[in-house]
Amino acid sequence: MANRLLALIIKELLAILRDRRSRMVLIVPPLMQMVIFSFAATLEVKNVSLGILDDDRGQASKELAQRFHGSQTFRHITYLDGVEQIAPLIDSQQAILVVHIEGDFSSKVESGRPAKVQFILDGRRSNAAQIVQGYATRIVNQYGADLAPPSSGGRPPSVELVGRNWFNPNLSYIWFTVPSLVGVLTTLIGLIVTGLSVARERELGTFDQLLVSPLRPFEILLGKTIPAFLLACAEGILILIVAVFVFRVPFNGSVALLIASLAIYLLSVVGVGLFISSLAKTQQQAVLGAFVFMVPAMLLSGFATPVENMPHWLQLVAEANPLKHFMIVVKGIFLKDMPAAVVAANTWPILVIAGITLGGASWFFRSRLE
Amino acid sequence: MRIVRLRRTAGLIRKEMAQVVRDPSTVLIAFVLPGILLFLFGYGVSLDANRVRLGLVLESTTPEAQSLAAAFQNSRYFETRIARDRRELEEDLVAGKLRGLVIVPATFSETLRSRNASTALQVIADGSEPNTASFVQNYVQGVVANWLTQQSAELGQPRSAAPRVSTEPRVWFNPGLQSRWFLLPGSIAIIMTIIGTLLTALVVAREWERGTMEALMATPISIVELLAGKLIPYYLLGMGSMAVCVIVSVTLFELPFRGSVLTLVVVSSVFLIAMLALGLLISTVTKNQFVASQIALVVGFLPSFLLSGFVFEISSMPEPIQLLTRAIPARYFVNCLQTIFLAGDIRSVLLPNTFALGVIATVLMLLVARKTRRRLD
Repeated sequence: MANRLLALIIKELLAILRDRRSRMVLIVPPLMQMVIFSFAATLEVKNVSLGILDDDRGQASKELAQRFHGSQTFRHITYLDGVEQIAPLIDSQQAILVVHIEGDFSSKVESGRPAKVQFILDGRRSNAAQIVQGYATRIVNQYGADLAPPSSGGRPPSVELVGRNWFNPNLSYIWFTVPSLVGVLTTLIGLIVTGLSVARERELGTFDQLLVSPLRPFEILLGKTIPAFLLACAEGILILIVAVFVFRVPFNGSVALLIASLAIYLLSVVGVGLFISSLAKTQQQAVLGAFVFMVPAMLLSGFATPVENMPHWLQLVAEANPLKHFMIVVKGIFLKDMPAAVVAANTWPILVIAGITLGGASWFFRSRLE
Repeated sequence: MRIVRLRRTAGLIRKEMAQVVRDPSTVLIAFVLPGILLFLFGYGVSLDANRVRLGLVLESTTPEAQSLAAAFQNSRYFETRIARDRRELEEDLVAGKLRGLVIVPATFSETLRSRNASTALQVIADGSEPNTASFVQNYVQGVVANWLTQQSAELGQPRSAAPRVSTEPRVWFNPGLQSRWFLLPGSIAIIMTIIGTLLTALVVAREWERGTMEALMATPISIVELLAGKLIPYYLLGMGSMAVCVIVSVTLFELPFRGSVLTLVVVSSVFLIAMLALGLLISTVTKNQFVASQIALVVGFLPSFLLSGFVFEISSMPEPIQLLTRAIPARYFVNCLQTIFLAGDIRSVLLPNTFALGVIATVLMLLVARKTRRRLD
């Protein structure tokens, strides 16, 4: 039996690896995606375009405007001549923020009366607008604080906040994206390879040939699972190597733990793939099935936006998503040197999911054969 | 002659239509998939961090420290857990159960009352979630600042002087700064990318695999008729999915619609044609469903997700990648949809973006025509 199985495994690997195009598809796109997406997936806000409408044109307002020039965040600054120019600038997205300094700004500042600055923000890009507003407010507050005369006597109570970001001191987005992409890209590969394997044979008619061979259904199943699993593991390790040596994401945890959890995770993915494969009659349906799994898995994994921001009922749904658990583990091992106990606490749900998907797939596979 | 040709094309379209309607998977792609996806995007993708899990380490139990703790507990931004020992909470930070820690030192009240020493609060955020980490830092600052103002009012101490210069933000188009309003139009663009490319990429690759494409080519129809016959049914199907998306967004998610329907139809048509052409091109070049599906994923879903400006700001990307985004049709469509939904028919945005889409669509169509013709020789 072992010989038969081995022969099938080798046949499967050859079937995928011998075709030049499928070989390319397995190796080139994941690496390309890794490079491009690592740099692209950032929620930082840089190179912001800004408009300034200075109704005052006094000493104080010029000083304030100068401070915006000094900031790294704001690259292109447009000066406006009147209120009527604000709308076109914002509407056409030439600026995400217009700073409107009121007409009596300088005189108010000189006489010590409270002065006001209006911000007009483009809410179409609400996240960027919010972050830009934060930067601009800080600049104006700093300006105001520098104006304040040295206080005499009674000092108001003050608290100094010492902010630290653990695991990623400069909040570099690459450190977040690259480990996450390890999860996303291996999922993609595992799913596509297994998802299509049975469907392709069925469509080409070679599946019947397999059935009349002395292989038992269980062996066919193993012969389909193991090559896909091996391929996806190899890809995953390749991507990990790129993450550590090309992107220089700090790897603080244990390599053995990460590879073990990657293997468990891939079992669950392969299970989903096989399930889809045994359900689908054509490759088209298999791809569709892979898609139906992939998109929600990615959305509910915490990759694009954190799981905590979702409504509570959807967070419960996300618990069934193996990628969500794996993301915690990958990022944890990379950045946080996650101890084995915590890794185990996040890996057992994946193991349960793997059991269900693999068990379901093999049951379904066999019941379809008989 | 012309009538014959017209009837031939009509016949072809009817045949393609019948094929589309009979195949349950195409109907699934066109109507069920967008509904499910929109539902997921609408609820699942949110940048509004509300109720971040925060750990508060109280090394001091004086009334001041207690009152600060209460301020954190009452904040609507945090779900606060209090402990006396920081080690316990630090473990939860590593496990990802907490996103931030605030440490109130044993000397908190002393230094607060003293005139010479300054009070320091340590704020530790989980940097493995960069966006949430900066929220934590900002929100903690807000809570502490509020608490201080309240505190000095109660103690009758000199109020921290009113700021000399205050700011007054006005957010246009999305006054509540709801991230959903910003993300939903982008989601529609991504969903339409998926549907547009998948519809044609897979279906036509299957025809090549089965050899039915050659059979079609053996008939007297011309390339233009052949392409039109393939495109028109899928175009209609795609517009149907678009309608599903728009109706769900406006009714279920209460997304405002400030532009005109006509503009929306025109822009979406140009985009959809570009996506269908892309799908046709993929399937014509690969003629293999496995490769076609991989490439449709590679050039369809992931780039439109990551490079379109849907969540990730294009202007923050490195220069070469910004250039690359110009080749992604979804980038222009995201921009158009955000404007049509939230701002209205603003020509200065819509015209250049639609023009770019038109150029891409034309180039792709020409490529498809060339590739198909070469096959015929």
